[in-house]
Amino acid sequence: MPRRPAIDLVAIRDRHPQHFTRFDRRRLLALLTGGAAFALLLFGMAQLGFFGGTLISGSLRLVEIVGLMLPPDPGSWAHARTFGVALLETVAIAFLGTLSAAVLALPLALLAARNVTAQRVVRFLSRRSLDTIRSVDILVWALIWINVVGLGPFAGALAIMTADVGSFGKLFSEAMEAADRKPVEGIVSTGGSHALAIRFGILPEIFPVLASQVLYYFESNTRSASIIGIVGAGGIGLHLAEAIRTLELQQTSFIIVLILIAVALIDFVSSQLRFAMIGRRGATA
Amino acid sequence: MSSPVVELPEAQLRPLLAAYDASVRTRRLHTLVVLACIVAAMALASVSAEVSPARLIENIGRFPSYIIRLFQLESGRPAWTDLAEWFWGLPRWLRLLGETLLMAYVGTLLGAVGAFGLSFLAAANVGPSRWLRFAVRRVCELCRTVPLLVFALLFVIAFGLGPMAGVLAVVIHTLGALVKQFAEVVENIDMKPVEGVSSTGAPWHVAMRYGALPQVMSNFVSYTLLRFEINVRESAVMGFVGAGGIGQDLIEAIRKFYYTDVSAILLLILVTVAIIDTLTSRVRHQLIGREERR
Repeated sequence: MPRRPAIDLVAIRDRHPQHFTRFDRRRLLALLTGGAAFALLLFGMAQLGFFGGTLISGSLRLVEIVGLMLPPDPGSWAHARTFGVALLETVAIAFLGTLSAAVLALPLALLAARNVTAQRVVRFLSRRSLDTIRSVDILVWALIWINVVGLGPFAGALAIMTADVGSFGKLFSEAMEAADRKPVEGIVSTGGSHALAIRFGILPEIFPVLASQVLYYFESNTRSASIIGIVGAGGIGLHLAEAIRTLELQQTSFIIVLILIAVALIDFVSSQLRFAMIGRRGATA
Repeated sequence: MSSPVVELPEAQLRPLLAAYDASVRTRRLHTLVVLACIVAAMALASVSAEVSPARLIENIGRFPSYIIRLFQLESGRPAWTDLAEWFWGLPRWLRLLGETLLMAYVGTLLGAVGAFGLSFLAAANVGPSRWLRFAVRRVCELCRTVPLLVFALLFVIAFGLGPMAGVLAVVIHTLGALVKQFAEVVENIDMKPVEGVSSTGAPWHVAMRYGALPQVMSNFVSYTLLRFEINVRESAVMGFVGAGGIGQDLIEAIRKFYYTDVSAILLLILVTVAIIDTLTSRVRHQLIGREERR
């Protein structure tokens, strides 16, 4: 067995001092950042009332509330039917909002995409307006549309449409910018116009991407649609907020379960459709 | 360099053209059927959602007039001519905005710390037990599928009106979302360092600390920052259900038609969100850059 060479620790330490200091600069910096983050956390918790005793009493109440929520129970057959209809309304709101947003967002995205719109000013303006639309919360849009068309699901669908035009505009224009340049060049080289280049060079390539994004948003919009009822814009949210406020806890959990089932179903269907589309695209490409 | 185009003789061309026409026709038919289905579904949904184009056309004028009024002071002048009057409530709004940011911060951090621990249990490659993994995943799914505002509504009953209910709702939602993302990161690590540490006889937590953690840390921080951005937006509307933050003043201003207050608060929120987005995305890009250099 070969003898292990003696390790001269002192010599190694002299050669690589940076590995032997306990607190080098990077580590010190990390410790300081961590300490500051922790201090801010404690400050925040104190400011928001975490150390006032409500946390414990509230948690006990929460356990009690969860106990009262089980098992989910609509109360009566009539209630169950109302909730079911409201759920369908929620899905309808999400469907209409998502689809109309996609239709409206397509031309806007064309204006915002670098390889489609050469005009810098137009591009800048359309991008900034899409950003602004996107940063306003869907509930605020719902409240604004309620002022225009009155309480009800129509306002909700319009709110989802407005908020999604912002998101879709951004996503679609990014998809267009990522599109392959060669088909466009091919069409231009045969003498095709700019419009023809977009129609036959860009749109066929990005269509599956757009469709899969729309389907993905349909699922997340179903969730949004289930809460816009809280501000009066239709759907199941109205019943949910009412059930919680009147402490009908078993109805509350029944409605939550309904929403979860609807979201899971839509998620399943939309991911099946998405795979089918991407698969079809892969087969032709 | 050019070459003459060769035209096929008529007899050869005709069947080819016919085949092309047929294939185009079936594709068109296919598209038409899909379109018809979508239109039918839209018609059904329109009935359910009480869509009425007449009402929209009749009242559409109110939309621009609402937007215009947002920027018009009582005196009828545009809001930006008198900033002092437009932002009359600035001290109060800034305080509420600070509260909103703190809610997002505390909620994100607590949620991220919880998710950090749970994600190692939920990851398929390093998780210590299958049943634990299954349980953690299902609970987290529930936490992120139920909308944030629903948690807020429930917590308001338990903890009373105020920011604490909002923070806890953010914590729950963040936990659910981050455990999924963190676990995916952990599942994508290189297992060799973990095996190397385990082979020296180190227990599970030591193998995680020195084998897995250095590989996942920058991704974890990046996802947490992204979640913080989202949570700032969510915290801003938490006040709609009485769970603290600036949302309370916003919904009051909207409901009571204090037009310029609405635009002032919305502007403050937009600017804050934009600043935070810029800052966090800069940090995230740095982290990603460091990751790629390694």
